[in-house]
Parts: sequence; structure tokens; C-alpha cells
Amino acid sequence: MNKYTEDDLREELKTKEYEYGFYTDIESDTFPVGLNEDIVKAISLKKEEPQWMTNWRLEAFKAWKEMTEPEWANVHYVKPDFQAISYYSAPNSKPKYNSLDEVDPELLATFAKLGISIDEQKKLSNVAMDVVVDSVSVATTFKKTLGEKGIIFMSISEAIKEHPELVKKYIGSVVPQKDNFYAALNSAVFSDGSFCYIPKGVHCPMELSTYFRINQAGTGQFERTLVIADEGSYVSYLEGCTAPSRDENQLHAAVVELIALDNAEIKYSTVQNWYPGNAEGKGGVYNFVTKRGLCETNAKISWTQVETGSAVTWKYPSCVLKGDNSVGEFYSIAVTNNYQQADTGTKMIHLGKNTKSTIISKGISAGKSQNSYRGLVKISPNADNTRNFSQCDSLLMGNECGAHTFPYIEAKNKTARIEHEATTSKIGEDQIFYCNQRGISTEKAIALIVNGFSKDVLNKLPMEFAVEAQKLLEISLEGSVG
Amino acid sequence: MLKIKNLHASVEDKSILKGINLEIKPGEVHAIMGPNGSGKSTLASVIAGKEDYEVTDGDIFFEGQDINELATEERAHKGIFLSFQYPVEIPGVSVTNFMKTAINETRKAKGLEDMPAKDMLKLIREKAELLEIDRKFLSRSLNEGFSGGEKKRNEIFQMAMLEPKLAILDETDSGLDIDALRIVANGVNKLKSKDNAVLVITHYQRLLDYIVPDFVHVLYNGRIVKSGTKELAHELEEKGYDWIKEEVNA
Repeated sequence: MNKYTEDDLREELKTKEYEYGFYTDIESDTFPVGLNEDIVKAISLKKEEPQWMTNWRLEAFKAWKEMTEPEWANVHYVKPDFQAISYYSAPNSKPKYNSLDEVDPELLATFAKLGISIDEQKKLSNVAMDVVVDSVSVATTFKKTLGEKGIIFMSISEAIKEHPELVKKYIGSVVPQKDNFYAALNSAVFSDGSFCYIPKGVHCPMELSTYFRINQAGTGQFERTLVIADEGSYVSYLEGCTAPSRDENQLHAAVVELIALDNAEIKYSTVQNWYPGNAEGKGGVYNFVTKRGLCETNAKISWTQVETGSAVTWKYPSCVLKGDNSVGEFYSIAVTNNYQQADTGTKMIHLGKNTKSTIISKGISAGKSQNSYRGLVKISPNADNTRNFSQCDSLLMGNECGAHTFPYIEAKNKTARIEHEATTSKIGEDQIFYCNQRGISTEKAIALIVNGFSKDVLNKLPMEFAVEAQKLLEISLEGSVG
Repeated sequence: MLKIKNLHASVEDKSILKGINLEIKPGEVHAIMGPNGSGKSTLASVIAGKEDYEVTDGDIFFEGQDINELATEERAHKGIFLSFQYPVEIPGVSVTNFMKTAINETRKAKGLEDMPAKDMLKLIREKAELLEIDRKFLSRSLNEGFSGGEKKRNEIFQMAMLEPKLAILDETDSGLDIDALRIVANGVNKLKSKDNAVLVITHYQRLLDYIVPDFVHVLYNGRIVKSGTKELAHELEEKGYDWIKEEVNA
């Protein structure tokens, strides 16, 4: 008999991962593959949810069964087999690695480039932590500060138990269960996510990012986020991480709902860096996300996103400007390299009078990737004196990638003022030569040009995060020219 | 400093330089003149190391080293600077940020730490004054919406910041009015020393009234067909290039 080598083992693990769509581990508590009513009930039971939540999930499942996967996006992929996925895997408390030495050196090199601290690196790559007095005490301090202001910030599972009245009132109020195929799926099977409530008149004293990053490194496959800013409150929320997420789950379908009540403001920033697949386009995460915010009178919601990861992205953070004088903003940088495909943009639905929206989208395509902006500006008949400004810029690198812009405008009120600007440019050899001549290497030159191109959006990110995002752009485009 | 021997170069299989010989010593100012299409800008690009140009024969030595195999940025790190005839725009990147990157990349190549922000600001202020550049100008996007004069002045400002050993000025006078020309020329003259050298490439002699060359070479059909002192430039101004062509073709 042939000797069973380490290579054979690795090969076998690879196939297993593919077969089950996630990392198999005896320690984890995992449901069998497939989706039916019993699975939905079982998820709810496992999470010890109240009956109303179980029913809500079941309604969603019922709707989902009748729906078909959308095909209008400018992306091509093999559709996932929804019956081949396991919909529940309990978080594994046991660390995957004992020390950083066991972690993929390439991943560590990326962490180092991003300037992520050793402790955080351990957390992110699922390495057993030493006693980290610092971050624990910092987290405790945060918790105390937030608690004093009456801010609720916890996992959505906890919130369902501890604040059922709030969850019940708002979940699905912006993104209904039946909204779309992926939102319905998420509503039926969401694993966990975050819940945040800012009470009336409270200005959240810190970026919720800081807290978030220390406490929650891993996210689930079907994440659900609900942020409620009560009247006159303010919160800046940061989701994701610049660190690469090597998630073995191929399909991610998150839902994010934001509710900004009268005079409230929510600033929601995202950095998405899911595994994009390898240079040949194998593997990689499908990211099908539904994000929407509701603005009541004088409220404001800003979405800022930096998208560099995922093999396929389908994502349109939107604002429903229901209240008069409300404001919606969307600032986006989407980078695609190699074989990545992104179809992303926003919807600005103007319902109230004097509502204003701004859209700044920067798409950067390299390699053989396809990058599409898709946006809708809709002005309802009663929305007098609304204004929209959209700017969509595309930057191409090389001759094999594509940039596409699909702006849709539906204006049903004559007083609306809508402006749309679009540009497409290419990083020219002349620009590169110019930089080279000044002593700047080609790699650095590209980073410089890309950062210049993205500046208007990078400026909208919270300071500390902007620096990381800038480095992330550099890393994402490494090796894309020459 | 720069020694070019029997240099032949072509672009897309079209032979442009056909045997250039040129030696530039520290402290010298050389001018290359010639009619359109004689290969002046090609020579500048080849010295700087532009990839599109293929050196088919001959050598370029810089400070005794054969630089033919060096990348453009490595040549820049060694102290070769090219003031472009048509400087490119880089939207969103300020002049200051661009210079900061260029200086620190060059320092990195030499194994030095980044220049401290305080020193950088001091240097920028100093050089901006030298070239009569408004500080507001420095926060604008590189060359974006710059007038022709502003672009050229910005080139010389970069030269002042980078303090090269050899500065090649490719048609720096084109598109400049007389005041801008004077400012640019004054800047170059102030930066001149016994340790560095300047190679001025120009179509007209007018710039040479301000930047006075030690040697003037006439480039025609890919070869240096005549060399002399600044008097040669005046002669060309008076008589045009036809007599040179006739001499060569005779």
C-alpha cells in the first residue's frame, strides 16, 4: 500500500471543504446540508428564540421558496446549490491555531503591510490569545461608556432575547422578508449579526468600529444587522475589516437595515475584503448583500464603502428618503482584479419634500475583471424640490478588464434637480513613465494614481480607517500591471 | 558624468537614433538643437529609460556605470531628471504629495529613512520661493488644469526638489511666455553648480539667451551633425536648419 502522505491529506481536506462548503471540524456543531421548514425551525430553536421570531423566519422561508435567483446583474457565476449548504454551524470556541507560526505566512505578510497589531492578528486569524489585559480592559471601558449613555450594542441574537420590543418593531421594516431572493433567504436562516440602538438625542461618543473590531472578528455566513438611531441621535458605525477574510463559505448573503428617526444621523462605513479567489479565478466568496436605510424627517444616512474582496459582489446600499428634508449619501470605491466581478451601486428613493441625495462611485478595474455601477434615483410625485447629484468614475488598468455604468433615473416630479456625471479613464503608460522618472516604482505609481482617483471617497471614511483602506487598495492591485 | 557612445535606438522597429556620441562633464551646460523629427525627444527618453524605446546598439554610461539595463526609476535614483515636454496629469494627487512620494522613494532606494515632515515642508517652502511659486499651487492636483506655463514651472520646481546630477530639459520653453520663460530659466540657473550638469533640448535659441550653454550640438536625422559653442545657436537662429541639412546631404 502506498504511504499516506501529508499531501494526500491536504488534497482530501480540500475536496472535503468543497463538498461541504465550509471548514469541517469535529468540534463544531453543524446541521446537515439542505434547507426546509424543519431546518429553519431548528435554527430558531437552537438560538432559543421566541415564537414570533420563529414564525417570522418561517414566513420568510415560505416566500423564498417561491422566488428565483435574480439574473439581471452583470455578473456570471455558477449558481450555488442551496440544498448543498449547511445552514447552521455553532461558533467554535476552540482556536484553530496555537500560535501565529502556524498561520499562512502570506496572510501574516498582508497583516503586517496593513499595520495590524499582533494581538489583533491573532484574533483575526483565529489564534489562541494570551491574556490580553489591554484589549479586555479597553472593551470593558467602552461597554461602560456606551451603557451610561443608554446605547444598546450587542449581537442580534442577544437583542432578540433582551430587547424583543425593539427588534420586533424594526426588523424587516426597511428590508422586508420578501424584498428579494437573498434577503428572504437571510431572513429565514440568519445566523447572527449586530444590533445597535442609540437613544433619543444621544451622540454616540465613539466609532462603534473600535469596539466592534476588538470584540467580533469573525462574521457569519448570513449576517443580519439592525441599527436604530432614535430622534436626534448620531452614530458612526463601521463594519468589516481591512484584513483579508479567508472564509470557506462560498455564499454570503447579509442584510443590513438602518433606521434614522427624525433628526437622526447614521454614518455607516464598510470595508469588505472577502477572499476574491485566486489569480485564475478559482474559489472566492459570493457576496450578495441587501443594505438599506430609512430616513425620517430631517434625518441623514451616509453609506461609505470600500469593496476590494469577493469573487462576485452584488450590493446596493440604498436610502429611502421618506421624511421631508432628509439626506442620503453613497460614497463607494469598488476594486476588481483578476477575475473578480462586481455589480454594485445604490438606490436613492426620494419620497419626502426637499430631500437630497449624493452619489459618488469610483470603480477601479484591473486584470480580467468586470466592474459595474448600477444606480437608481427615483423621485416620487409628491417629492417637491428634491436634488440629486451622481458622479460615477471608472479607472481601467490594462486592456482586458471592463467598466460599466447603469444609471437609472425615474423622476415623477417636475421640480426635481438631477445631475449625473460620469468619466472613464485609463492608467496611461505616460503617467507611469512620468512617475518612474521621478524615482517612483510602477507599483507605487499605481497606488498613488489609484489613491488620487479615490480621494473623494477615502476622505469620507473615519480617519484611522482611511489610512488602512488606502493601504488595502495598494495591496489589492499589487501585480496588476507589468 | 554622462557618456553616450554610438547610440542607436528604435521605436516599434523604426530606427530613430543612428549613432549618437556625446559626453557631458559635471558643471557643463549642453544644448541639443535640431529640426522637428530629428530625434531630440527620443534621445531624452532613451537616457531616462523609457521602455518603448529599444537600444539596438551602443552604450550609455552615467558616472562610469552602464545604465542601459537599469529601470527608469533606478536611473532617477542615480540623479537623472527629465523635465517633460508634455507633463502628465494625475488627478487627486497634490503636487506636495507627489513630491513627498518621489523624494521618499528615492531615499528608500538609497537606504535612507523617510524625510521628516518638518524638513520636507521647509524644503518645499524654500524651493517654492526660489521659483516664485504660490503655496496654493502646491495643494492642487498634479498638472490638472495647469496652464502651459504652470506645468513647466512645476517641472522645474520638481527638479529643484530632487536636486538631480543631470537635468534634461525637453523643450521646456515651448508654451511659455517671456515672463514665465525668465522665471524658469532663472530657476535653472540658480540650481546650477560645478557638480551637476544640464542638457537643454530646444528647437529655438531663445531659451539659450537665458540658460547659456557651454556646448551646442545639432541633431539631424538621428545623428549629431555639428557641435560648437553658443555662437552656433545664434547662427541657427539666423539661418535656420536648411544649410545644415544641405551640408549633411551634400
